[in-house]
Amino acid sequence: MSRPDALCLNLTIKNQENMNALKRILGILWIVLGPTIIIFLVMQAIEKIAAATEGIARTNTTLQWSIIIIIFIPICAALMIFGYYALKGEYDRLPQNSEEL
Amino acid sequence: MPKLDDNATQSITKVIAASSLGTLIEWYDFYIFGSLAVIIGHQLFPSDAGASALINTLAIFAAGFIVRPFGALVFGRLGDLIGRKYTFLLTLVLMGGSTFLIGLIPSYSSIGYAAPILVLILRLVQGLALGGEYGGAATYVAEHAPPGKRGFFTSWIQTTATLGLFLSLGVIVGTKNILGAEAFADWGWRIPFLLSILLVGVSIYIRMKMHESPVFSKLKSEGKISANPLKESFQKKANFKMVLLALFGATMGQGVIWYTGQFYAQSFLENTCKLDFNESRYILLWAILFATPFFVVFGSWSDKVGRKWIMLSGMLLGIIFYRPIYQYFIDATNVEEFQKTELVSVSEPVISSEYIEDKADSVITSTVVKTLKSGGTFKEISVQTIHADKTLAAEEPKISFADVTLSSVTYWIIIGLVFFQVLLVTMVYGPIAAFLVELFPTQIRYTSMSLPYHIGNGVFGGLVPFIATLVASFQGSTPLSGLWYPIGIAALSFVIGAVYINNKGDSEVMD
Repeated sequence: MSRPDALCLNLTIKNQENMNALKRILGILWIVLGPTIIIFLVMQAIEKIAAATEGIARTNTTLQWSIIIIIFIPICAALMIFGYYALKGEYDRLPQNSEEL
Repeated sequence: MPKLDDNATQSITKVIAASSLGTLIEWYDFYIFGSLAVIIGHQLFPSDAGASALINTLAIFAAGFIVRPFGALVFGRLGDLIGRKYTFLLTLVLMGGSTFLIGLIPSYSSIGYAAPILVLILRLVQGLALGGEYGGAATYVAEHAPPGKRGFFTSWIQTTATLGLFLSLGVIVGTKNILGAEAFADWGWRIPFLLSILLVGVSIYIRMKMHESPVFSKLKSEGKISANPLKESFQKKANFKMVLLALFGATMGQGVIWYTGQFYAQSFLENTCKLDFNESRYILLWAILFATPFFVVFGSWSDKVGRKWIMLSGMLLGIIFYRPIYQYFIDATNVEEFQKTELVSVSEPVISSEYIEDKADSVITSTVVKTLKSGGTFKEISVQTIHADKTLAAEEPKISFADVTLSSVTYWIIIGLVFFQVLLVTMVYGPIAAFLVELFPTQIRYTSMSLPYHIGNGVFGGLVPFIATLVASFQGSTPLSGLWYPIGIAALSFVIGAVYINNKGDSEVMD
């Protein structure tokens, strides 16, 4: 291998290592983001339901926020799992074909 | 790049045409509900429900999106077990039947709350059917397409969602123009739903003549069909992590870009900017017409340069430009300001009064049509309550605006801005079917690609009109506040996609 080729290879490996480190660090962010979103949504729901006037308006607001929270709880859980996989390095190298799956 | 002989070209053309027609009709069925949300809201809920009728109708509309992932699981499993062809024949029948029945549901004034409940049930069936349809059609076409042209061929399937919306808007505007606004609001809105049964009949006839996917047939003859695609897709970590990556790094952002450009734009122009019913739909029709060819352009281009950066560029442009675009919509339709300097003429007022029996009050409504120097017009509606109880202070009339029509220049600028949003849709959506197909192996492809697609589009995308309208209705929010939802989701997806996804242009799908 010539010297420029070796340098190029070293640079690529270094970039890949940096990228993998970034993927893992961001994994922590996704793990934290999941519950943060849920807490934010629950706080918003409490605030908006309390602010709605008694009667149909309050029932509607409760229904609307219930829909949102029920939908986003499993999605936020999935985001946490995604973050966990990223932190563990599962995405450092993606499979190139079905044999690797 | 491999070239197809004449027979192969003819065969793939038939596959694309037959798959696309059925998928287009399913999208048509699915979108007429959203395009008629305001009118359906009046039919399904009490007349005094006001804005909550629209929000509740949008919630029913969104319910159809939310169950799409479940449809993807149920029909995806069937597709991986019994084949692509029969599965999406079944979804077509379910979709057509439920759309037809929505057109027959009596209004709230006839059967009370049974009306929205029945529509909700049928809407859920629609969502399940669509959840099963799209993954099947995309998989079916991709498995027929030669390597190096998968993006190009699947992009034709990608045009169907937009063309289905185009068809639904066209049928709605056409029906309204033929019947007149009053008859359309009263009973004519049912016609686009009832028409569906004819379209579905034609599509079933065409699809009956199709053959099973060659890749699936080969797998079946070799006895390699997955015994439990659901288990393989989601219990096997290697597959499940790819499902999560597809969802968070691609389909989530793609979904919100799609529904902001092609739904929220029209809803915003009609409900926030108070644009005339037809005008807001014509704007979207023009924009879709000009932008639709770009699905094929970007799909084909992704075969050469890879899928990732085309899709992510679409998301990034949306994040940057949504707020300036929607701010322009507000500024260009601010008739309250324009009339201070540009008013040319005011029509004779049309006055009506309503007597409120229990309070003995009278509500006087006065409507005038005002014309501006630029050629734009709008209705100014003044509503004043006259109290029978003279001890109460007289109320100031409440002024609102409606049916705004634009000057020619502004009209085309807004078409240009909606076109730009639909162009972003073509960037994120054109290559995505090929991207998803290449991510998963044949045995579990229908199941695995359908789920992230339908969560991304159905849940994240489908909730755009509902959540954005809800957020914009909060106290202290501005009309632009609703945009933080699609911008935030697109930004999250952009970061995940940029960091974690590979820029593969093409790969083997025969495995």
